[in-house]
Amino acid sequence: MKRALLVLALMLATPVAAVMPDEMLPDAAQEARARAISKDLRCVVCQNQSIDDSDAPLARDLRVLVREQISKGRSDAEVRDYVVARYGNFVLLKPPMEGDTLLLWLGPFAILLLGGAGLIFWQRRKPVATPDAAPLSDAERVELDRLSN
Amino acid sequence: MLAEIGHFALILTLLVAIAQSVLPMLGAIRGDAALMAFGRSAAALQALLIAISFGCLMTLFGQADFSVKLVANHSALSQPLPYRLAATWGNHEGSMLLWVLVLSIYGAGIAKFGDNLRATLQARILSIQAMISVAFLAFALFTSNPFERLFPVPLDGAELNPLLQDPGLVFHPPLLYLGYVGFSVTFSFAVAALLEGRADPAWARWMRPWVLAAWVPLTIGITLGSFWAYYELGWGGWWFWDPVENASFMPWLIGTALLHSAIVTEKRGSLAGWTILLAILAFSLSLIGTFLVRSGILTSVHAFAVDPERGVFILAMIIGATGTALALFAARAPMLRSGALFGSVSRESGLTFNNLLLMALTAVVFLGTFYPVIMEAVSPTNKISVGPPYYNLVFVPLVTPLLILVTIGPMLAWKRDDLGILGKKLLLPVAIVAVLLAGLVLAFGWQQVTAALGLALGGWLVLGAALVLVRRWWGAGGFSWRLVRTTPAATVGLVLAHAGLGFTTAGIATMTSFAAEKILVMRPGETAVAGPVSVTMLGAEEVDGANYRALRARFMVSQNGSERALISERRLYTVSGNQTTEAGIGVSPLGNQYVAIGDVQTDARGQGLVVRIYWHPLVGWIWFGGLLMAMGGAASLADRRFRIGAPQVRSPLAPTLVPAE
Amino acid sequence: MKRLLFILPIIAFAGLAAFLGFGLTQDPKELPSQLIDRPLPEFALPGIVEGGPGLASASFKGEPRLLNVWASWCSACPQEHPVLERIAQEGFPVYGIAWKDKPEDSRAFLARYGDPYSGMGSDFPGRTAIDLGVTGAPETFVVDKKGRVRFKQIGPISPEVWEGQIRPLMQKLRAEA
Repeated sequence: MKRALLVLALMLATPVAAVMPDEMLPDAAQEARARAISKDLRCVVCQNQSIDDSDAPLARDLRVLVREQISKGRSDAEVRDYVVARYGNFVLLKPPMEGDTLLLWLGPFAILLLGGAGLIFWQRRKPVATPDAAPLSDAERVELDRLSN
Repeated sequence: MLAEIGHFALILTLLVAIAQSVLPMLGAIRGDAALMAFGRSAAALQALLIAISFGCLMTLFGQADFSVKLVANHSALSQPLPYRLAATWGNHEGSMLLWVLVLSIYGAGIAKFGDNLRATLQARILSIQAMISVAFLAFALFTSNPFERLFPVPLDGAELNPLLQDPGLVFHPPLLYLGYVGFSVTFSFAVAALLEGRADPAWARWMRPWVLAAWVPLTIGITLGSFWAYYELGWGGWWFWDPVENASFMPWLIGTALLHSAIVTEKRGSLAGWTILLAILAFSLSLIGTFLVRSGILTSVHAFAVDPERGVFILAMIIGATGTALALFAARAPMLRSGALFGSVSRESGLTFNNLLLMALTAVVFLGTFYPVIMEAVSPTNKISVGPPYYNLVFVPLVTPLLILVTIGPMLAWKRDDLGILGKKLLLPVAIVAVLLAGLVLAFGWQQVTAALGLALGGWLVLGAALVLVRRWWGAGGFSWRLVRTTPAATVGLVLAHAGLGFTTAGIATMTSFAAEKILVMRPGETAVAGPVSVTMLGAEEVDGANYRALRARFMVSQNGSERALISERRLYTVSGNQTTEAGIGVSPLGNQYVAIGDVQTDARGQGLVVRIYWHPLVGWIWFGGLLMAMGGAASLADRRFRIGAPQVRSPLAPTLVPAE
Repeated sequence: MKRLLFILPIIAFAGLAAFLGFGLTQDPKELPSQLIDRPLPEFALPGIVEGGPGLASASFKGEPRLLNVWASWCSACPQEHPVLERIAQEGFPVYGIAWKDKPEDSRAFLARYGDPYSGMGSDFPGRTAIDLGVTGAPETFVVDKKGRVRFKQIGPISPEVWEGQIRPLMQKLRAEA
């Protein structure tokens, strides 16, 4: 499917980190908020970039929009909701925490916990006892290293 | 003519590979030495034929022969020779040919260097390698023929994407492929072990060099890729959690786990099932990475021209390889003899926990990369993205215990250790790092406590590595040169690799918290400041390059009293019309100054050039650490004991030692 | 119990393979619309002719309409244009929004390729397009009698899409209360 999207994507073969001086807000704190929010918003016409990083015209429009909303006094959450209302959760680089995404957020920790629990149970069932060895001399240490490494 | 020769060689290779996948396996089952020997000759022949084929393709690229479609699409008359040559693998078809070339070289390697392997094991491994070859050769020949002709022949080519016209292209893909494809060998080892029903310490010892042979180039390849992105993309980013980057990181994580698991199997005979599973997973992840890059299933800045049809073929290959291997695993692995038992505080248990953490980390990267695909099926109207915020939130808490464990692991004794003894060994390093942490918090304040913790963690790792040497070199009778001289290469490897990890950690922590940035419009004569870096624009002019026109701006950068000149360019490549930015980077051991220009813009004071100035403290440590890790792996690989063969039982043992089981 | 653990990997892999296979049939860049079954976002755009009529969302009541977002720089739009003309000839109203397009460029495009539109708005700043969740051109919205968005076509409307999906929908919307 040929779309104007391709035109925009070709223009992107010129990666230059994207926030332009003329977009930046005069208030440093607000600008910092704008940058932070922009880093978390996906450029929907690009290949895996945030609107903070992208050169695309739509990314620029969205950066300006984010700054306008901040200047109007909206909170960070409200600004994000504004963009999500138009483009959906796709535009959030931090996926929402909801029923569908529980596996995503908790999966790795679950693996760790379950695996760790499994290991502990496995250990408990097979105790090991060995006599303690006397400390080794120099020559014995070399020998041991040679044998076991 | 060359294209036809190359094409024909490829077809011949397919035939040889088919023979090699069947006959040696038969030989192993029947104990037929001749059939097994055939495997070795076939592997060498395969490598030779593919080398011819690849040589033909590369020559065609070097000669800029536009009658070959691939060359016409990825090369141009004005393209400098190194990039004409490297363009051979700067596209889908050519890179597939590189894949099979590396695959055949590894196969030939098993044939040549594997003479100390059990003959049946070697034969089975060669057969499995050949089966993988058959799949990829078929894929290349039937869907991605690099030798297709183009008629009428164009007068000039379409030029390689200028972002790729860089020394990085010469090294990065071949190194990564040596890594990805190298894991095919360990995969073959694992499947062969399942077929034989044996995964004993000898098997693990034979396999370890091959794990390293894949892991080392993969480490360098990823490090190089990160460095390339840093200086090429114009703003100093060095990792983006892009799906294709993740596709290289996952095999690396599992490969690291495999390396450590193989050590346990080799020394104690335990964790054989886990080692086999990791070996299967490592290569499967390599295959899934290939799938990601070429199928179009996920968007990525790295993706080749995507084609879902190719995706179907690759998916079929993955199902064949991984599916078969995992089915074998389900059937045969429970029957493997379990090795020696170990206590809950022992080096084995430490390494087991290490494996678990690495698998959890791989799960983070995997889930993050593939969850959008899963959601598409589960909840099509709710499309999601997973980007850096997710990875930072989940990866960091999981990697921290791992990094702490890395220093503790080598202090543990095999089989059974005692928490009291361990505690005594830990007193000194914990004390040193605690002092370091306190100092950092005092210096930088509580707002930067995460940076302080990261730096302290880096210190913990480097210190832990140094302590391995200290413990070895200071015996009961004090410092001993004998102990220094007889340090095994594998120990040096461990020290370098773990220390490298520490440098990388420190670099990442510092970059995350202390990088400085300034974006503004500048005119000649003006000065701007970012952190400790002060930049004065000297002037701008137009220059011409080999195949581009550029706007070049000159800057004088000063920091802490010393000055240096930096240049940044915006280039327009004439054939393709693509633009790139080349940044000016001032490198020093403590950090980089980074200046990149943008377009002409107007601000309150008139027309000027957009300039981005960055201070990147300790960023070089990230890649220095990566190189150290690779050097550590190489040192381990050089250990003489790998070439001697199966571990020999030496007798008599000293009476005070506990015999290993 | 131990056996079960060894079977886990292949089961997990089977699941993954299924998802990957399904994923191959999807386009990762196609973004489903957030506006389905919701009212058309408010807009009041100027026209592409100086002093001429523009386009406002308030007018989208009483009849089902197509709202086509296009631009003179859009490479697929000339390809879609004949289909739009056919749609207009068949008696279905097509309205347009020229996205990030200079009015003179829009006028030149229509002069060259024909003008099937019953009304046109010019969204040079691109703000209305953002409200509509537009990610590329061309995109077309089907709006019902009550001013609600019922369908979004991403990419050019091909004859197959018109006959198979959009026309039946328009006919159904006409029959709706």
